[in-house]
Amino acid sequence: MSVPLEHDYIGLSDASSLERSSESSNISSDDVTNNFFNLKATELSLGLPGFAKNYEENATKHGSVIKNYMSGAKRGFSDVNFNGSGKGIDAVFDKIQTQQIISSSVAKPVKEEKKNGSVPPSAKAQVVGWPPIRSFRKNTMASNLSKSGDVAEGNSGAEGCLYVKVSMDGAPYLRKIDLKIYHNYAELSKALEKMFSCFTLGQCSSNGIKGKERLTESNLKDILHKSECVLTYEDKDGDWMLVGDVPWGMFIDSCKRLRIMKGSEAIGLAPRRTEKCTNRN
Amino acid sequence: MDPAAAGVEFIGTGADPTRSSTLPEEFLKRTFSLISSEKDRSSVSLVCKDWYNAERLSRRHVTIRNCYSVSPEMVAARFPAIRSVTLKGKPRFSDFNLVPDGWGADVQSWLNVFATAYPFLEELRLKRMAVTDESLEFIALNFDGFKALSLLSCDGFSTLGLEAIATHCKNLTELDIQENGIDDLGGDWLSYFPENLTSLEVLNFSTLTSEVSFDDLESLVSRCKSLRVLKVNQKINLHQLQKLLVLAPQLTELGTGTFMEELVSGSVNDLENTFSKCGNMHTLSGFWDATLLHLPVIYPVCGNLTFLNLSYANIGDVELEQILSRSKQLIRLWVVDTVGDKGLEAVGSHCQLLEELRVFPVDPFDQQIGVTESGLLAVSIGCPKLHYILYFCQRMTNAAVITVAQNCPDFTHFRLCIMSPHEPDYLTNEPMDEAFGAIVKTCTNLRRLSVSGLLTDLAFEYVGKYAKNLETLSVAFAGTSDMGMEYVMRGCPKLKRVEIRDCPFGDSALLSGLTQYESMRSLWMSDCNLTMNGCKKLAEEMGRLNVEVIKDKDDDVSLASKVYVYRTVAGPRKDAPHFVVTL
Repeated sequence: MSVPLEHDYIGLSDASSLERSSESSNISSDDVTNNFFNLKATELSLGLPGFAKNYEENATKHGSVIKNYMSGAKRGFSDVNFNGSGKGIDAVFDKIQTQQIISSSVAKPVKEEKKNGSVPPSAKAQVVGWPPIRSFRKNTMASNLSKSGDVAEGNSGAEGCLYVKVSMDGAPYLRKIDLKIYHNYAELSKALEKMFSCFTLGQCSSNGIKGKERLTESNLKDILHKSECVLTYEDKDGDWMLVGDVPWGMFIDSCKRLRIMKGSEAIGLAPRRTEKCTNRN
Repeated sequence: MDPAAAGVEFIGTGADPTRSSTLPEEFLKRTFSLISSEKDRSSVSLVCKDWYNAERLSRRHVTIRNCYSVSPEMVAARFPAIRSVTLKGKPRFSDFNLVPDGWGADVQSWLNVFATAYPFLEELRLKRMAVTDESLEFIALNFDGFKALSLLSCDGFSTLGLEAIATHCKNLTELDIQENGIDDLGGDWLSYFPENLTSLEVLNFSTLTSEVSFDDLESLVSRCKSLRVLKVNQKINLHQLQKLLVLAPQLTELGTGTFMEELVSGSVNDLENTFSKCGNMHTLSGFWDATLLHLPVIYPVCGNLTFLNLSYANIGDVELEQILSRSKQLIRLWVVDTVGDKGLEAVGSHCQLLEELRVFPVDPFDQQIGVTESGLLAVSIGCPKLHYILYFCQRMTNAAVITVAQNCPDFTHFRLCIMSPHEPDYLTNEPMDEAFGAIVKTCTNLRRLSVSGLLTDLAFEYVGKYAKNLETLSVAFAGTSDMGMEYVMRGCPKLKRVEIRDCPFGDSALLSGLTQYESMRSLWMSDCNLTMNGCKKLAEEMGRLNVEVIKDKDDDVSLASKVYVYRTVAGPRKDAPHFVVTL
């Protein structure tokens, strides 16, 4: 086999999506390394296969900061004293040689739950005992989250949380809120306004409101109305509905996610009734 | 005046220093019995033989932080008058499933010795010990005056063991069951408390899952007039809480049950009134599923609260603000990161007296919720007395932590957990070296440090150079070479416990700490680059250390993937399972 197992002390910046999905360093399942190698194999670079390019991309002003990709499979390097200072490059080159020689002898199976070697598609693979949270707390939180999953599927539960994603057009990232915390549309609307105020602030200047003005609740509402934002939700059937049409209880039973749309995009839905929303209980 | 100092002066004036003290032993024993601080007792025992004897004969409490560092026989031989024992067993990383089942720390071997040596034993506090139902029954039957049992992070027992304690311990004052690997077979155990048991002062079963008989609980609370700490589990609802609280307004610490209640009935409204009668209450916890619908019932006691544990309540910043604006006396606060940075701003603006903050993640694997560097900053600005922080977050910056260090130079415990391994400063993409460097440089009283994020050897160079009071260090997924660990082992003279996982530290790093290990309690290294040879070398050089390797059958035979090194006067373990190899 010609592809070197050099992902021990070397960061991988080009495979950033792979990093995101396999951040934990204990991933040494065969599937992951195979995916990894395929990326490397198709890359064009100077120097040793797959190495030099990564090294340059990761060099920082600390000279030879190498992302430490400790993998459960890498047990043969006790003899190689990887020095993080100036002579790092040579040491790593030596390491590559050593790695190529011993790569065939290293085949450590994954230690954590995913022993079958597959990595969950979008979730990060979970490292044993990381993050360091005791079992009772972990289990309690996990059951809270799964409770919210049950409720979203229509089970009527008096307990638990109901986390739904909230997206706002133009915002760089989504938020999650627990619908169980609110008891009516007014509370929800208030909370969303507060939550997304940082994004509407950006629209302040474009809407002619002075940016330095202290953001109060009333001018928040003004901003939202001025920028014609409409609150919509995706229901159990996958349809996008305007928030506020149905009684609150029915709403939280069927709401799967929320989206704050620009008014112009909400044309396909029922006529704008944002004022009605905030007054409805 | 310090009695020890008094003794020293007496001897110093005119007495011949080569003669042993003429103070009667009884005088020394009486004086020393007033000393409760372990450190002071340790110092006192080193002065001379007479003082050593007087100290050991007068001691009532002993804490053994590593059950394998000494044998129960040795403890019993030295301290004959013990009434209270605190015993800790497994390495801390066992809390995170890094120590296999059956590793050890069985309490029974200690109980066997205590049964003969300390028949009047009253208190037993166990942490990370293996405890069976038989052991619990043994305690209940062999110690007549047994009063207080506290089990934290132990495993191996079930609620049957609790039945035995409830049944036989006639003078029980404390039953504190927290976060254990307990087999919960049902809530009947509570009903085993006899009708005539009225001595209970502390009852904590908040982490048990089964429903107990409410009638029996109510009766118990009603007849135990000295009850000051009551922490119930999630199965107790607000109606029931109301009834209990009416019976026990004298409580100083309360752990509620579930706070989720659909119906807003009369008794729940009464709850606020009932709370207003709890003038001594300073600690609150529980709050499962709490919302603003019912949280207001606690407002009457908020003004007196010093410790508020909301770490099981997934509340947001709005709810937190409401509570904190009324809780200006708070010293310790535990929350979930659902409160967000906004919630932490509320902490900063209301809790000027805050000394400890812990922020737990609601979902460690979801990148979108949680707290960031700005929350931490807000707290550091508003809470100048902060000295203990445990902070779980998805992202952090060097700049923020550097500012935090300047704002709060009194940190004694700094535990930052950036939840993705190797995560750099998210703004500059640099390692987090400067962040921790700033902490150790500025916070000269730092005793405990947990590091995380992308770290090179530079971070450890800083630690070794500046963290001169550091006692506990936790490292994961960090460092670039052996030098990292060497900096720490050579630079930090007061180290007591070091735990390392998934770092590129090899044998040379391990051996660099040679001179330190005997003054440390323990070292844990897992998934680093240690070999059996390196560990053997350490074992050969240092005879009074136990160098134990936990073997995994999948391991390469020459590698040592889990190593536990600790000082001991009891020699190698006699109860080691087959997978623990002492070198």
